[in-house]
Amino acid sequence: MVMVPNASVAGRSSRSVLSNFAQLGNPVSRGVTGAKTLLGLATLAMTAPVWAVKDMVGGPGVNQINLTQGVTKIAADQHWIHNFLLWVCVAIFVAVFGVMFYSIWAHRRSRGAQSADFHESTAVEIAWTVVPFLIVVGLAIPATRMVIEQKDTSQADLTIKATGYQWKWGYDYLKGEGEGISFLSTLSTPAEQTALGSKAEKNETYLMEVDNPLVVPVGQKVRMVITANDVIHAWMVPAFGVKQDAIPGFVRDTWFKAEKVGTFRGQCAELCGKNHAYMPIVVEVKSQEDYRKWAAAQKAEMLAKADDPTKEWAQADLSDRGAKVYASNCASCHQPTGKGVAGAFPALEGSKVVLGKQDDQIALLLNGKAGTAMAAFKHLSDVELAAVATYTRNAWGNKAEDAIVQPKDFSAARK
Amino acid sequence: MAAVIDHPAGHDDHAHDHPHGWRRWLFATNHKDIGTLYLWFAFVMLLSGGVMALTIRAELFQPGLQYVNPEFFNQLTTMHGLVMVFGAIMPAFVGFANWQIPLMIGASDMAFARMNNFSFWLMPPAALLLIGSFFVPGGATAAGWTLYAPLSVQMGVGMDMAIFAVHILGASSIMGSINIVTTILNMRAPGMTLMKMPLFVWTWLITAYLLIAVMPVLAGAITMVLTDRHFGTSFFNAAGGGDPVMYQHIFWFFGHPEVYIMILPAFGIVSEIIPTFARKRLFGYSSMVYATASIAILSFIVWAHHMFTTGMPVTGQLFFMYATMLIAVPTGVKIFNWVATMWRGSMTFETPMLFAIGFIFVFTMGGLTGIILSVAPLDIQLHDTYYVVAHFHYVLVAGSLFALFAGTYYWLPKWTGHMYDEKLGKFHFWASLITFNITFFPMHFLGLAGMPRRYADYPMQFADFNAVASVGAFGFGLSQLIFLTAILKCIKGGQKATDQVWDNPQGLEWTVPSPAPFHTFETPPTVK
Repeated sequence: MVMVPNASVAGRSSRSVLSNFAQLGNPVSRGVTGAKTLLGLATLAMTAPVWAVKDMVGGPGVNQINLTQGVTKIAADQHWIHNFLLWVCVAIFVAVFGVMFYSIWAHRRSRGAQSADFHESTAVEIAWTVVPFLIVVGLAIPATRMVIEQKDTSQADLTIKATGYQWKWGYDYLKGEGEGISFLSTLSTPAEQTALGSKAEKNETYLMEVDNPLVVPVGQKVRMVITANDVIHAWMVPAFGVKQDAIPGFVRDTWFKAEKVGTFRGQCAELCGKNHAYMPIVVEVKSQEDYRKWAAAQKAEMLAKADDPTKEWAQADLSDRGAKVYASNCASCHQPTGKGVAGAFPALEGSKVVLGKQDDQIALLLNGKAGTAMAAFKHLSDVELAAVATYTRNAWGNKAEDAIVQPKDFSAARK
Repeated sequence: MAAVIDHPAGHDDHAHDHPHGWRRWLFATNHKDIGTLYLWFAFVMLLSGGVMALTIRAELFQPGLQYVNPEFFNQLTTMHGLVMVFGAIMPAFVGFANWQIPLMIGASDMAFARMNNFSFWLMPPAALLLIGSFFVPGGATAAGWTLYAPLSVQMGVGMDMAIFAVHILGASSIMGSINIVTTILNMRAPGMTLMKMPLFVWTWLITAYLLIAVMPVLAGAITMVLTDRHFGTSFFNAAGGGDPVMYQHIFWFFGHPEVYIMILPAFGIVSEIIPTFARKRLFGYSSMVYATASIAILSFIVWAHHMFTTGMPVTGQLFFMYATMLIAVPTGVKIFNWVATMWRGSMTFETPMLFAIGFIFVFTMGGLTGIILSVAPLDIQLHDTYYVVAHFHYVLVAGSLFALFAGTYYWLPKWTGHMYDEKLGKFHFWASLITFNITFFPMHFLGLAGMPRRYADYPMQFADFNAVASVGAFGFGLSQLIFLTAILKCIKGGQKATDQVWDNPQGLEWTVPSPAPFHTFETPPTVK
């Protein structure tokens, strides 16, 4: 779409395609004047709807053409080595194709060129084997140093576990200040913007915004321990230079030390099913002091919110709570209508499991069903699970024989 | 027993009678007919995969979901990959092998003519299984063409159909490869030593060995997925003692050689074409052979560069990074040799030459982004982004597919007996080259800015480059209709091709009449 400068936002006016080429440094912006004009024309010719798009704070810029500089040493190093490699490649490209296109111009029959009769030269062939080898060794040296740096997750100030779920992230603060904090982080872009055929105007942080961002302190080494609950996901934040696959049943780790306060965004980078594009990552880097305040407030809130799993609940209360749990965990497959998707995701409306004995449903929710997309949901609390079971047993005209499932039933089943 | 001794000649004539109608194709044992079947099959699959690609690009033209839901989008990306790799590119090269290898080594046919028939006729049922899986409950598999477990364990019956289809295609490939190896090693004309073989034959010999080595590995990987899905095994399930990452190791042990399976015969085709139109012998023939063999060997020890983000130890990352970088050396040698072949030649630029030069140009761009991706600490940023999508389309579309176009125009006069329409051919080349770059060049930027692959929808900031790529993709798709027109026109008629077709080309295939008669080299020629 065509960019319209948005004067009302001070300090962050939208950038044109053209100015983005300056990101590669002056030599490029001089070199690609022609390309700039061409690309600019191509962009102007687009007939997509016109609305102002600005660079995303902590996310991709409008028509960004190079890696982000990032806010960690690793990201800065990656930015540097990419530019270095790019220029080496451009040099090779110009040299090889300079020779080739000269030959195409000079050694053509239409210019009366007669073909020569040489077809090997040991010296030349050795030279063009050895020279590329030396270039490659030259590239490997800085790369080796960076690999070692990236893999050093020792002596972290804070350790956080990220768990990939279909389709959200869970964070558990394992060690360091804020230990014990735990929450889920889900896409917060309204469904009316993401729906098929939606004409709704989209947020500036469309698809890269969440309800509960990960919060970390600035200038501290954060070790991320990464795993998954169901299929492989990948935790990626370009501004930190971090991407690590989340592998179910295994933990892997990576680290970052953010040097700037701010909000930074990434997305899931490993195909994980239908909502792969809808489980972003948002990290808020706070000053030490703000982080301390946040951690204290978060802990207090968790204490206040804690449910008593031994309490007997009324059906209406459980159903109300269950509707929310259903919306954020179940509706993307089984649909808000409970009708599922034929062939892929079974309907819960009139489902035998939902209408039958509670034990079967409890087992299914806790353990999932092997070989299907039905994952285990044992990471939800007993109250949440009881709520969602009760909700499904009474929603969409369902009339189950056990109309209510209590949290203690789940507690018992877990043992 | 004179009568008996005399008899076989007459009998043979009868058995090799030129069959007509559908029997000619269904019971085909002639390498030329089977080659033609392979090529048409590949072209139909190319168009099917292309329709899927254009649906993907239509959806990605703008942010938001306009035409398809994310489930179907994932099915499209998955099937586009499977159909293009197993249905279009690989069979097309086998088609070339069938047509050209016997003609180039002076053999009368392929070694196992009936197995050749079976190799081909396994493919249509496999294609029906693949395409048909769109119409079963739950639709086609949506786990990506790599079929990574455990996502592939979650899929519906479409996944089982894909597994079965890949099994069949694998069996077909193995049979085809055994046939090619046997033909090349046993049926060369007297005097044609290995180091006198045309480069296309050399590259196919090496490719066939790669196929025999790795197709069973793929079959193993997907069979384990199948038993995990239905028979309670836990190869890729940690809860049962398995490991999801093991799938990736096994898959890429197949997958990386597979990349070279799709590019080595392309190198061979280009190495035939450049000398013809430069009117000069191929520079560094033996180093070309050694470079091809080195690439093939190295291809077995680089697989985990597809897995840098799985969390390998430092030593693992370093080993696979170094090994991958090394591949740049033999690949570079090939490009330098082609340029040196052109150097001080007497060049003309008919369509095959244009596509061959186009191949070198865009393939090198894909090769250079490959070097950038091989650097493990940088790959952490680029892995699973559009940068990778750009990279492998530069080597597979502009690489393999352009070489296939080049080869088609080069040998089409020999196959049909008519010259193709040079104007149409050139139009096809320029349209393809330009629209290809409009489609895939902006994807480098998207990847560098962090747009992940296999996304049905994306943030607003990525909109412009996606729109440009979509426009280019439709142009590229339409350009292939020019190709179809050029081929149909050439089959129907056109200027009569001479036996040599080109200006003093080298190779036995140019010593037989145009079109090549049904039976050639019944008496083997002698190569000096």
